Amino acid sequence: MRLRRDVFQAIADPTRRAILLLVASQSMTAGAIASNFTTARPTVSKHLQILTECELLKSEQNGREIYYRLNHHKIREIAAFIEPFRQMWDERFNKLESIMKKHKPKKA
Amino acid sequence: MERKTSVHAEDGKQELTITREFDLPVELLFKAYTESDILSQWMGTKVLKLENRKHGGWQFETSDPGGKVVFRANGVIHEFIPGRKITRTFEMENTPFEAQLEFLEFEKLTDDTSRLNMHIVYRSVALRDQTLKLPFTWGINMAHNRLQTVLNKIKDTL
Repeated sequence: MRLRRDVFQAIADPTRRAILLLVASQSMTAGAIASNFTTARPTVSKHLQILTECELLKSEQNGREIYYRLNHHKIREIAAFIEPFRQMWDERFNKLESIMKKHKPKKA
Repeated sequence: MERKTSVHAEDGKQELTITREFDLPVELLFKAYTESDILSQWMGTKVLKLENRKHGGWQFETSDPGGKVVFRANGVIHEFIPGRKITRTFEMENTPFEAQLEFLEFEKLTDDTSRLNMHIVYRSVALRDQTLKLPFTWGINMAHNRLQTVLNKIKDTL
């Protein structure tokens, strides 16, 4: 079965990939996760929401806190697929293209 | 989302191809591969060495903000035809992955568009498949040292 596109969009973002790495070894609260980034807290919350919707993260209520952890099953599903590799190259080539487009006038 | 880059990797084969069309003249596309400062910008890595000639060598290195090296790769250029073709080896240092052979062909489509065809050959099917699983951890801005320590753990789960 083909995975939904949004999963791949979710992991295309560097901050979201970094979040996945953070929670790979242990469950963390949103606050603890956010403290690892210079990004504004609401932005991190939005990333957590997207990752949860894609089932890459699982959230659990523990007392008054919500803990986030990696859904290893989902990660494996994606890892077996070629899409992340394609996305990495697509991102790089997009960058190459935009850099060289700016480069153009200087050369002419 | 537009899918400009395509990757073709057949089951059970130890090779893959990456193809991409660019809104760039082929000369500019080629230049992006041969000038260290440009290459470092789009690859997101430091270019330590880039000798654009037959039997020349190259070496890339990526560090975290603290200056610790998190990725280093090197290889040798086997064939270099300006504006058309680069054949090179690629090996990640300090990993169990062995060298791979890369054929990069630069093709003119129109005066303003071009196509890149990358053909990568691995030593074995298993090596190819393992390498395909790596990009998930690549290109991440190591905002915190902790990320680095968990990096190895997640590699194990993939």
